[in-house]
Amino acid sequence: MNTATFSLLTILPAIPEIALLLLVCGVLLLDLFVSERDKHVTFWLAVGSALGVAGLTAATLGNPSVVTFGGLFVADPMSQVLKIGALVAVAMTFIYGRRYLEDRGLMRGEFFSLALFATLGMLVMISANHFLTLYLGLELLALSLYAMVALQRDSARATEAAMKYFVLGALASGMLLYGMSMLYGSTGSLELNRVADAIMRQQANETLAAFGLVFIVAGIAFKLGAVPFHMWVPDIYHGASTPATLFIASAPKIAAFAFVMRLLAHGMEGMIAEWQPMLVMLAVASLALGNLVAIAQTNIKRMLAYSTISHMGFLLLGILSASQIGYSAGMFYVLTYTLTTLGAFGVILLLARSGFEAEELEDFRGLNQRSRWHAFVMLLVVFSLAGIPPTVGFFAKLTVLQAAFDAGFAWLVVFAVLMSVIGAFYYLRVVKLMYMDAPVGEMPLVMRGDARVLLSANAVAVLILGILPAPLLNLCARAIAGSF
Amino acid sequence: MTGFPMLSLVTWLPIAFGLLVLAFGTDKNPTPARWLALVGSVLGFLVSIPLWTGFDLTAGGAMQFREFAPWIPLFNIHYHLGVDGISMPLIVLNSFMTVLVVIAHWEVITEKVSQYLAAFLIMSGLINGTFAALDAILFYVFFEAMLIPMFLIIGVWGGPNRVYAAVKFFLYTLLGSLLMLASFIYLYQQTNGSFEILDYHKLPLTLTAQVLVFLAMFASFAVKVPMWPVHTWLPDAHVEAPTGGSVILAAITLKIGGYGFLRFNMPIAPDASSALSGLVIGLSLVAVVYIGLVALVQSDMKKLIAYSSIAHMGFVTLGFFLFNQDGVLGGLIQMVSHGFVSAAMFLCVGVLYDRVHSRQIADYGGVANTMPVFAAFFVLFAMANAGLPATSGFVGEFLVILGALKVSFWYAIAAGTTLILGAAYSLWMVRRVLYGEIANPNVAALKDVNARELTFLVLLAIGVLGLGIYPRPLSDVMVPTVMQLLDHVTTSKL
Repeated sequence: MNTATFSLLTILPAIPEIALLLLVCGVLLLDLFVSERDKHVTFWLAVGSALGVAGLTAATLGNPSVVTFGGLFVADPMSQVLKIGALVAVAMTFIYGRRYLEDRGLMRGEFFSLALFATLGMLVMISANHFLTLYLGLELLALSLYAMVALQRDSARATEAAMKYFVLGALASGMLLYGMSMLYGSTGSLELNRVADAIMRQQANETLAAFGLVFIVAGIAFKLGAVPFHMWVPDIYHGASTPATLFIASAPKIAAFAFVMRLLAHGMEGMIAEWQPMLVMLAVASLALGNLVAIAQTNIKRMLAYSTISHMGFLLLGILSASQIGYSAGMFYVLTYTLTTLGAFGVILLLARSGFEAEELEDFRGLNQRSRWHAFVMLLVVFSLAGIPPTVGFFAKLTVLQAAFDAGFAWLVVFAVLMSVIGAFYYLRVVKLMYMDAPVGEMPLVMRGDARVLLSANAVAVLILGILPAPLLNLCARAIAGSF
Repeated sequence: MTGFPMLSLVTWLPIAFGLLVLAFGTDKNPTPARWLALVGSVLGFLVSIPLWTGFDLTAGGAMQFREFAPWIPLFNIHYHLGVDGISMPLIVLNSFMTVLVVIAHWEVITEKVSQYLAAFLIMSGLINGTFAALDAILFYVFFEAMLIPMFLIIGVWGGPNRVYAAVKFFLYTLLGSLLMLASFIYLYQQTNGSFEILDYHKLPLTLTAQVLVFLAMFASFAVKVPMWPVHTWLPDAHVEAPTGGSVILAAITLKIGGYGFLRFNMPIAPDASSALSGLVIGLSLVAVVYIGLVALVQSDMKKLIAYSSIAHMGFVTLGFFLFNQDGVLGGLIQMVSHGFVSAAMFLCVGVLYDRVHSRQIADYGGVANTMPVFAAFFVLFAMANAGLPATSGFVGEFLVILGALKVSFWYAIAAGTTLILGAAYSLWMVRRVLYGEIANPNVAALKDVNARELTFLVLLAIGVLGLGIYPRPLSDVMVPTVMQLLDHVTTSKL
């Protein structure tokens, strides 16, 4: 599999990435010839690219794991499922964000081409089998995201957020690279399979590898936004324009999950005993801080940022179980979390209108009186985030808790459970504002028909997956079983 | 095992009607939603009757009307329903109460009517599912999902302090139930991957494990019952909830706590249950005596009934943890009886509140002069609340005291005080509200009950008296299950 000969068979597994690259370039070029009024052409091209590549990936579902490009790239069942998830999330982000972007003059080709480049970065990360590919994908994603945040250039808040994101992100990337270089020094390879082999056979320099691991875990924690590397999350969520926030909050989480799986569950499988306690600490801190601080927020974007931090704590519970059950629980968690977050931001974008952001909690006041259905959508989404059945959030929590219990972390399960009671409080506050308070203004809700339909479908999916989670759970379990 | 999926129908029919009401109800013209809800609730009650008539009394406590289908094969979770002599009467009771709640709301709720009715119908189905579920996760899903409509009912249609009460209710119950979830995960591991409640019953556990499982589940169900000292959410929730909410809370959701003790705590952890029975009995007696005294000094009628509910539920838990047939059977009958009586009391207060918009006892006086028919019913229900013979309240209390006497004379004495305290607070309230001079112009202007109100009062009166005079049909259903349960819990798992 490590032959350097180049043939069609070599590139076949990477067809989705290659197709996306061509499509992005196409979008970038075509956009030059599209007038300001007709930006919806670019928009539909971008949506079509994301969905088309998702369809292309879906055609490969069920194929066994293939390593190609001399060990740089892997297309395995896990990557197929995660890629489809990420691509669909990106397309949904575009549709939700369109009206907001139009209202604020942000409906430009750059937004879509940057977003698609970021998506390409995610796909590369998901399929990486080599430290360099991982890093390449990560940087493509991160650089595009910095620019996306900064795109709103006359907003001081967005610029500040982009600056913070860039500086902190660069620091984290540096740490990651430093850790990778140590592992290279210790194992003599950058390819994940070989690194894993070397560690398993105890041919690696253990001290050096352990040091490398610490840096890598720090880099991972930054990308996930786990405490104590979470500082950027609330500021970026708050500062970026809402569609950019939605973009950052959704698909990249799926990519980050793949990133963690590749590095820890695959590359450093032999060092579980070392990284497990580190993840335990990250999970405990994230669960505690995320939930407690979210209570004090009055801005819903900041609140969701802290809620993300606590959800990453839950995700880590699945990963740190270091078992097939745990990994597939984590995968289920990240996919359903993304779906739910899309719904939450979808409602925020629904409430926003030109010159008005609708990002304070107060703006949700009396939503039930303004639109019963959209209040119900938000209700489902919020209860799913809180993990209350019959929404999908419950099964996501149940599976990770069960995995953590199986791995012997009973105390951690009890701790997580107590923290989610605290978490329920601030989610309830949103419901309270929507249902139990009178509306402040009677402004009509403006949203495009397609976005409304999608938002409804999104909420119904949260409910249906909560009642019938078996297909998705099986899909995740099979994907993990076929990949690890 | 095969046959018509009766329990699914009982569970999903009200939910389907709830969704229909939500979909077709508009705020401007609530009448169609009201009739649709009435049809749904009556149908829901009608389909629950075959559970009673088709119940096999000779089955000896085995689960009946079972339905079994894979739900989440990966985790061995099943859609498994079934009822025994404990859960079946509670399902029928719940379906009956839903009809009353729909009748009771008619002229009272004028805002967001369709959402109100949909919340009740959906909740009714979820409660039936909770009682019928034989899979721990299925049970948990129903049990928790119930919180959402209840939270909205209290928070949207409740009194002035409703938000505080709703949030308190939600968080208290959530904390308990999540701990229970953790114990389910533990049991899943111990049984090598089963979420079947009946498998848990057979699972041998060490005493330490039993105690931990017992406490985790106790946290959940004690909050639900509610037992002293975790009862503080109840008076708040009751006082702020609309009448229908109070009825369902008192008549049904509190019973889920009692049901949980019988279905989970006692059979899964029998040794821990007997080791800790002293604690539970102690807490129950505190509820009976202390909360009884607290009820005595209330100036708000709903609060008074709420505290009296806690005291009566103390009786139920006392009966259960005596571990003899009289006690458990008495506790069960008391649960059903309290369902009727507390519902009736809350509806009576609702009748007054709709006219005067006050729950304060001091705002009334001499109501019997202007509302004689209502007064007759109110007195009857207050008597039943006090446990007067020939009312349903008497049967359960008598059996529990009898059971307590077999265990300890002092338990029986302490439990017996309820007869005095119950009479004191119920009758004293009746005297201050109904009798005496007409205290103020509000009371003078009162009109007696209308046909709609008469309907639910008569239905409840039939229940209260029927159960009090001839409890045999109920006890016949319960006794085999109780015998089997006691057989099981008195056998050590160690």
